[in-house]
Amino acid sequence: MRKPLKLKNRIYIAASASVAGRDEAAGPLGGLFDVTDTEGNRFGEDTWEKAESAMQRMATDEALRRAGYRADEIDALFAGDLLDQCVGSNYAHSGSGIPYLGLYGACSTAAEGMILAALACEAGLGVCAAVTSSHFCTAERQFRFPLEYGGQRTPTSQWTVTGAGAFILSRERRGGGVLPRITEVMAGRIVDRGISDLSNMGAAMAPAAADTLLRYFGAGADPSDFDLIITGDLGREGTDILLDLCAASDLDIAPRHADCGLMIYDGCSDKHAGGSGCGCSAAVMAADVLVKVREGALKNVLFLGTGALMSPVTVNQGSTIPGIAHLVRIAGEEG
Amino acid sequence: MNADNKTYARYAEKRAKKSPVLQNCARAFTVGGIICCAGHALRVLWSAAGLSEDDSGMMASVTLILVAVLLTGFGKFDEIAKFAGAGTLVPITGFANAVASTAIEARSEGLVTGVGAKLFTVAGPVIVYGVSAGAIYGAVYFVLTKLF
Repeated sequence: MRKPLKLKNRIYIAASASVAGRDEAAGPLGGLFDVTDTEGNRFGEDTWEKAESAMQRMATDEALRRAGYRADEIDALFAGDLLDQCVGSNYAHSGSGIPYLGLYGACSTAAEGMILAALACEAGLGVCAAVTSSHFCTAERQFRFPLEYGGQRTPTSQWTVTGAGAFILSRERRGGGVLPRITEVMAGRIVDRGISDLSNMGAAMAPAAADTLLRYFGAGADPSDFDLIITGDLGREGTDILLDLCAASDLDIAPRHADCGLMIYDGCSDKHAGGSGCGCSAAVMAADVLVKVREGALKNVLFLGTGALMSPVTVNQGSTIPGIAHLVRIAGEEG
Repeated sequence: MNADNKTYARYAEKRAKKSPVLQNCARAFTVGGIICCAGHALRVLWSAAGLSEDDSGMMASVTLILVAVLLTGFGKFDEIAKFAGAGTLVPITGFANAVASTAIEARSEGLVTGVGAKLFTVAGPVIVYGVSAGAIYGAVYFVLTKLF
């Protein structure tokens, strides 16, 4: 996949569903999420890890219900989260009976899952699911400090989104109307530009996003082909750097660009540079972007799942933070 | 790191929004000062209650620890610390919060493998280097007092 891969088959996103936590439900997209927990982000569970699994399960069940498929009709499920051993996903789907492949792509997992599910459909499977989640309370424990620890965040730091998104991909088209179709995919390359600040993920991920975009547009497409070029979680810092890097290579994406991390919280909330985590792009794509494609408001969308592929251990050992950005092209197709 | 990356890291660092240092210092000074005043008031109160000077100092620290731990448990400490920064971190309240917050977090993993094993993951360095510095100071003090 050095070049963008145009899919030969018609692969539809038959349905998508989103789950979000309290702060996300209070944000600008609050009314769009399918399931929310406005109380305390526990989703009826007694630990945060179980809560994250519950979110993935809820998103998957809702997406299956909307697509009109039963769990035993799904050929493969690609799922991932931010936790060690991908336990958020593993426990979420342990009772589902769906053939399962666990993924770790940091915050890029939503796009990685979509790419792999689309390729599996291209290879001959009928229906696949891609599911992703992140939870603020599990990610803080994994990557930063205890929840009740009293500290100040720097202005460039981002806030892990409590959210999940599920996407059902199928070769078969059920029902009329406009359906989003995945037409092209391209895996990102790992790009490490020497950023070592764990509180500035945007700066670590932006060069990877620029690399993927330059590769993609270098292969023939033009930004004007798209209504929306949407990145996963670059935040304020990463977005500005991406636009700078693209402009330096004579690629003008600014009028069409949006970032899920900047859409999910309002500017005045305590989220600094914006949302992050693999639930960020998954929930925003499922709740907002794909709905707009179905409604016909968006026709051509380029989705870049951005991720920072580090762990606190490697960063403490002096390694810098590698970034990645996977690309999925989505087009609305009339029934 | 190659030259390109150095240039990029410098560019990223330069354009990154900076923390409001003056505002943070002013808040830290105010809140930290209030905590210190509270500590002194506690010391006076414990003395008035009949404790010796040493004991009232110790009890003032213990009281501050108790308050910090209770505020951590009720989920209020992090909200105060978000405003105060070093003002709550540097006094003994910060140490109490670092231990209590870790205990709360590790509770779901059990008392031995969770709370017991992880209690000092945040506060550990303060203990290790605090005790080490104390030992070195003690050794130097011992040698100097024997020599002179």
